[in-house]
Amino acid sequence: MELLYGHPKSLVSIQSKYCPGCGHGVIHRLITEVIDEMGLQERSIITNPVGCSIWAEYYFDFDSVQPAHGRTPAAATGIKRNLKDHLVICYQGDGDLAAIGTAEIIHAANRGEKFTTIFVNNAIYGMTGGQMAPTTLVGQYATTSPRGRDPGEAGMGYPIKVCELLSSLGGTRYLARGAVNNPVNIKKTKKMIRTAFEAQMRGEGFTMVEILSQCPTNWKLSPPESIDWLEKNMIPFYPLGEIKNTLSTAAAPAGAGN
Amino acid sequence: MTEKTFIAGFGGQGVISLGQMWVYCAMKEGLIVSFFPFYGAEKRGGIARASVIVSEEEIASPIVAKADTVVIMSQDSVEIAEEKCAQGGTILLNSSLVKTDPNRPDAKILHIPCNEIAEKIGDGRIANMVMMGALSQTTGAVKLDHADEILKTFFPPSKHGLIPMNIKAIEAGKQACLSCE
Amino acid sequence: MSKEIRLMKGNEAIGEAAIRAGCASYFGYPITPQNELTAYMAANMLPAGRIFIQAESEVSAINMVYGAAATGVRAMTSSSSPGISLKQEGISYLCGADLPAVVVNVARAGPGLGGITPAQGDYFQSTRGGGHGDYHTIVLAPKGVQEAADLTFEAFELSDKYKIPVLVLADGLIGQMMESVVLPDPVDMAALPRKPWAVGHQARDKRGVNHVSSMNLDPATLEKANLKREAHYDMVKKELCRYEEMQVEDADLVIVAYGTSARVSMSAVQAGRAKGLKIGLFRPITLWPFPYERIAALAEKEGRKFLSVEMSMGQMVEDVRLAVNGRAPVAHYGRTGGMIHNEEEVLAAAERMLNA
Ligand SMILES: Cc1ncc(C[n+]2csc(CCOP(=O)(O)OP(=O)(O)O)c2C)c(N)n1
Repeated sequence: MELLYGHPKSLVSIQSKYCPGCGHGVIHRLITEVIDEMGLQERSIITNPVGCSIWAEYYFDFDSVQPAHGRTPAAATGIKRNLKDHLVICYQGDGDLAAIGTAEIIHAANRGEKFTTIFVNNAIYGMTGGQMAPTTLVGQYATTSPRGRDPGEAGMGYPIKVCELLSSLGGTRYLARGAVNNPVNIKKTKKMIRTAFEAQMRGEGFTMVEILSQCPTNWKLSPPESIDWLEKNMIPFYPLGEIKNTLSTAAAPAGAGN
Repeated sequence: MTEKTFIAGFGGQGVISLGQMWVYCAMKEGLIVSFFPFYGAEKRGGIARASVIVSEEEIASPIVAKADTVVIMSQDSVEIAEEKCAQGGTILLNSSLVKTDPNRPDAKILHIPCNEIAEKIGDGRIANMVMMGALSQTTGAVKLDHADEILKTFFPPSKHGLIPMNIKAIEAGKQACLSCE
Repeated sequence: MSKEIRLMKGNEAIGEAAIRAGCASYFGYPITPQNELTAYMAANMLPAGRIFIQAESEVSAINMVYGAAATGVRAMTSSSSPGISLKQEGISYLCGADLPAVVVNVARAGPGLGGITPAQGDYFQSTRGGGHGDYHTIVLAPKGVQEAADLTFEAFELSDKYKIPVLVLADGLIGQMMESVVLPDPVDMAALPRKPWAVGHQARDKRGVNHVSSMNLDPATLEKANLKREAHYDMVKKELCRYEEMQVEDADLVIVAYGTSARVSMSAVQAGRAKGLKIGLFRPITLWPFPYERIAALAEKEGRKFLSVEMSMGQMVEDVRLAVNGRAPVAHYGRTGGMIHNEEEVLAAAERMLNA
């Protein structure tokens, strides 16, 4: 009998530390599925960022490097420049990428570093217990925005649209935004990841997939509620689809179709 | 033998290249050398200065506190340079541009009209090479007898055309020094 | 065949020595007085097919080193004092992950933005770890251009051998000064031993999965890891202490000085001896590990005094005191702020102490 669905080879088969309803686990699965499909398990390296996904080395059954908070793109630069024929995945959360590591991501993207950034946007600092992130929505509750994010009086700034921000940089070739709140979006996101990984292996420029992801624990919602909240609040502000695609192979837009 | 030299002049006069060329030639003549330029925030203008040592022995401090010979290329560097001269040392003055003698009655002061000599040869910019000839003559530390060969390895081939003029300047500097000693 | 003698700036000699040592990746950021080093690497790494990046900051540069080192290649960054402060985060991570790397500090005067002229005020930062956590880096202090080249070359060997980052602590004088130098022969990069712990080439090396990380959230295992590293440090201390002595045997006063201060102090010792004063020079070459034992042995002689000469307000003097441990008088002399003491000033300080 043909096996239609199973556990990805590149994903270690253990109980994860992620909370129920967290999006990181789904994203790990998508990454490993694509790696397996492309036959790259022994040629992949992932950076485990400081954040909830710091334990990535327990889950991914391939090499990993754990850099300092936010310096992930700098470390990924050092890795990819020395291992040009490897798949290098720069995995980052929104605090890691859009706050402490803003300089690193902008300049890695602008240099056109040939790794792929998987940017997990859960609109909150997960690991440290629910502080405001650069991507926290206006009015959204966090322990450090207890009355909701207030860009006005309290001067808390506005949520940053990272794909759009990076899209003006000459080094960026593929910037797409997906979500993991329902099967349809998950499938589209997987396609985006595949497009980005393939582009990386062809040696094109900077590629990134931003993934809107639930954090029920810190959003103080049940897992089903968090799926609904993401749909109603995040997607309207962070539109899904390809924000920029200047890849040489004009592949069908990954965000289109089913 | 150890010859400690302090060189000063205004930026653009070739003080740094004089020091570099001096130690380069010394190295090619088998000496141990050190060259420490004063570097400040301002790269152009201002007073350029360098501590330069050539020696038969290992060089201890590369900073010239008391110079055997002080080279003064411009009027505005007299004040900084005159106090660097060791008791009874030698001061080489570029008399084309320095009109007042340093206040050092103990020192032997030699007047070399570097710019005038250089212009006679054909280019005012090689005044520093005239001074290098004088420095060689008065100290005897670096002979510069085979300077043409040495300069071929100092300059890139595209600049080898300039070597004969530099050699002329060095020789004229030696002569000028001889005639004032 | 005798080797070619070249006239080079310290900064350039460090760059060339790194290239000859097989440095595959260099990451830098502009800062005076080390700019010639970054420029030298830009001019020579790229044509040689090696990696050069002018990073967006020193923070980024050291983390690029971290990534490159994780792949097993020889990697390096350089800066001057304020930039080295920014690199401390990355250096701590390198140490936590036991990665080799070479960091060059062409030091200038601080604190803060300070000035751009030579200083030795980074001694504490260099020898006490500098960043957060329990760790050390090996610290090599060259006294001139030749040694800057030699020690940079050796830094790569030592770093690979011990899996500890090596800091080459020079200063603006050594970086800017020109001296004659004979460069070490280039290593054959292809022949360098493979690092079994590095990431990449899993299939080629037929091995299991490798993880490079400094994280250890279980206190018991982190303690074990730190104890193991400490035992490793103890071995390095036994094997690596290096120093140079000049006329210390009969000296009533021993000047302790490294780098540029040691050069100036050599002149002071020569001048003092010419006057009949019994003074000598002890020059640590490794600042970590520091040659405590040798200084302790020198302190055994009755009536001997120690003067630590540094271009700082007195930092290494604390290590000299630790070594001497109360058995002899220890004092500090030095200029700061980018001023360099000359041999007359050092000799005067030595005479004051002798007569005290
Ligand atoms: C220099 C530094 N500052 C702060 C921290 C603490 N810290 C650990 S994880 C984290 C936030 C991570 O948030 P994010 O990147 O959004 O990832 P998530 O946990 O949400 O997946 C912070 C601030 C740190 N480890 N290092």
